[in-house]
Amino acid sequence: MTAPASPPEVLRAPLVVEFPFTRSLGPVQSAFLTGLREGLVLGIKTSDGTVMVPPVEYDPRTAEELRELVEVAPTGTVTTWAWNDRPRPNQPLDTPFAWVLVRLDGADTALLHALDAPGPEAVRTGMRVRVRWAAERSGAITDIACFEPHDGTGTGRAEPHDGVFAEPVTGIVAQARLDYTYSPGRAQTAYINGLSERKTIGERCPSCHKVYVPPRGACPTCGVATTDQVEVGPAGTVTTYCIVNIKARNLDIEVPYVYAHIALDGAGLALHGRIGGIPYDQVRMGLRVEPVWTEGGRFPDHYRPTGEPDADYDAYKELI
Amino acid sequence: MPRTSRHARDVAVVAFAQSDHLRRTDELSEVEMVMPVLHQVLAQTGLKAGEIGFTCSGSSDYLAGRAFSFTMTLDGVGAWPPISESHVEMDGAWALYEAWVKIQTGEADTALVYSYGKSSPGPVRDVLTRQLDPYYLAPLWPDSVALAALQAQALIDAGETDEAALAAIGARSRACAESNPHAQLSGAVPQGDYQVRPLRTGDCPPIGDGAAAVILAAGDTARRLCARPAWITGIDHRIEAHSLGLRDLTDSPSTRLAAERAGVFDAPVDTAELHAPFSSQEVVLRKALGIGAGDVEGQAVAVNPSGGPLAANPIMAAGLIRIGEAAARIHRGQSDRAVAHATSGPCLQQNLVAVLEGDPA
Repeated sequence: MTAPASPPEVLRAPLVVEFPFTRSLGPVQSAFLTGLREGLVLGIKTSDGTVMVPPVEYDPRTAEELRELVEVAPTGTVTTWAWNDRPRPNQPLDTPFAWVLVRLDGADTALLHALDAPGPEAVRTGMRVRVRWAAERSGAITDIACFEPHDGTGTGRAEPHDGVFAEPVTGIVAQARLDYTYSPGRAQTAYINGLSERKTIGERCPSCHKVYVPPRGACPTCGVATTDQVEVGPAGTVTTYCIVNIKARNLDIEVPYVYAHIALDGAGLALHGRIGGIPYDQVRMGLRVEPVWTEGGRFPDHYRPTGEPDADYDAYKELI
Repeated sequence: MPRTSRHARDVAVVAFAQSDHLRRTDELSEVEMVMPVLHQVLAQTGLKAGEIGFTCSGSSDYLAGRAFSFTMTLDGVGAWPPISESHVEMDGAWALYEAWVKIQTGEADTALVYSYGKSSPGPVRDVLTRQLDPYYLAPLWPDSVALAALQAQALIDAGETDEAALAAIGARSRACAESNPHAQLSGAVPQGDYQVRPLRTGDCPPIGDGAAAVILAAGDTARRLCARPAWITGIDHRIEAHSLGLRDLTDSPSTRLAAERAGVFDAPVDTAELHAPFSSQEVVLRKALGIGAGDVEGQAVAVNPSGGPLAANPIMAAGLIRIGEAAARIHRGQSDRAVAHATSGPCLQQNLVAVLEGDPA
């Protein structure tokens, strides 16, 4: 009896998710963010006289539509705070700062932002602060660089404002980037490691005996773990295909080309790949193909005919 | 019969299973993590996957970092031939609510509810900023600990707690977790340094990976599958204004309203499983639910006897686990009437409350 081989190290790779959502602003958010660009803070007045800053389009209590803009002061009072010793990427300041909720003079609700202060001893609920404007402003919440301590009282007045500006901001691009470390897990690690040796590794379901390629570690029919590794291919049979006539951006493949489902010999389901080495209009169901690897490729570049006779329909009809 | 049935059908939690919650599970894909839990919960009832009337899951693509990630774990259910299935991009407690509604409609007699989250691949504090308002909040990247810290300071300013009391909540939770083999943190855990002041490491939930599953069943089916079903006599969920500056962070009116609608205040409860990821949030929830502060020992209401989310907080599963833990105490005869709570969003923005009752002895 031999000792079982120790499982290979699970693969890991950086995974970056970036998304620049383009978002349109309604009349209220447009006025607020354009106001920030112009160096003033707008709020919205509800029918009971409450002034909300930042403004919302609908009264959260009554769902009434809100359009009565008012200008409030760039000074205010901290209603609660939290000292952030270790700023994280993208946060407003890269030196230690306080997160604050600030009720601006003239407003009845609070705005979340950062407060630049020397240390937690310099911050307290009730302290007076004022807006520090960003040097360059574009119509975004970050046009407020942060708040800073301020000696002085406020007027508490909310002046009517028509919300009309030259060249109003009508949209924002909400940039975000998140950095993950992706691990594909045991089954897919085995598959990817197999590919590096130009082998295709599937896994057999212990219950229904179907061989899954690529394996994900579970049989979706039986709902049990697939642990029995099986090498499949290299040759296979085209079970179905389509002819692609539109060239994808950054894709260095001449159109038309054929994209096919290929049942590798021994596999219980088809995977997909491009068919090459044969005119596109001569590809057919049942065509026998084999993978073509390119130097340094981490998966087959495409599949080409083996020259064998076509497979009988009965041999692959369950895999279409 | 449940004592205070108010719904078209009597529906109970009849089985509950969860994974061991761990800081990282790199060797497991999501389906590899979920599948053993599904097998355990099915084994408790003797049901096969194909015999379940409705399946509903909860998870988040933002944790996984890729789209439609939940489709992968469907392989662990046995989704071929086709099953009746749904998914919520929320904690599994909301998947349980959907499944409960499905059973109330009469379209199913049993339901499998599961949820899972792997927080280890990404920076979860930053990932959670993407659930915030994209115009006024998300561009500032206020992380989940920072927002909870603002709430904690508001409570301290209002005289409702102090740092020592918060530390005691964390210590009590992790002491309770010593009897929970699935917990990520248990026993004496140092309170640690400030993460975002006034919250220290000990006030914050551990970051980890985990999964949970529950089986619901109606009426006689529940009685057949479970010796002492945990009847859901009330369940409700409510939400508050999105903007934090519009809310009184020291209170949770949405929890109170959900609790009223679920019937929490109709009779005393003996157990409360509260989804309070931060120690300060337990203070808010106790106030909303009318549960006094103090030790679990010698107190009428056992609060988070499982250790709660301060001992294990697999995001997207931690709320479902609260319902499961409350139900399991009823199954074991340790509780007769329990309240379970789940939350989602910053500073307890959304809250779900369920009342679970066992048949009288």
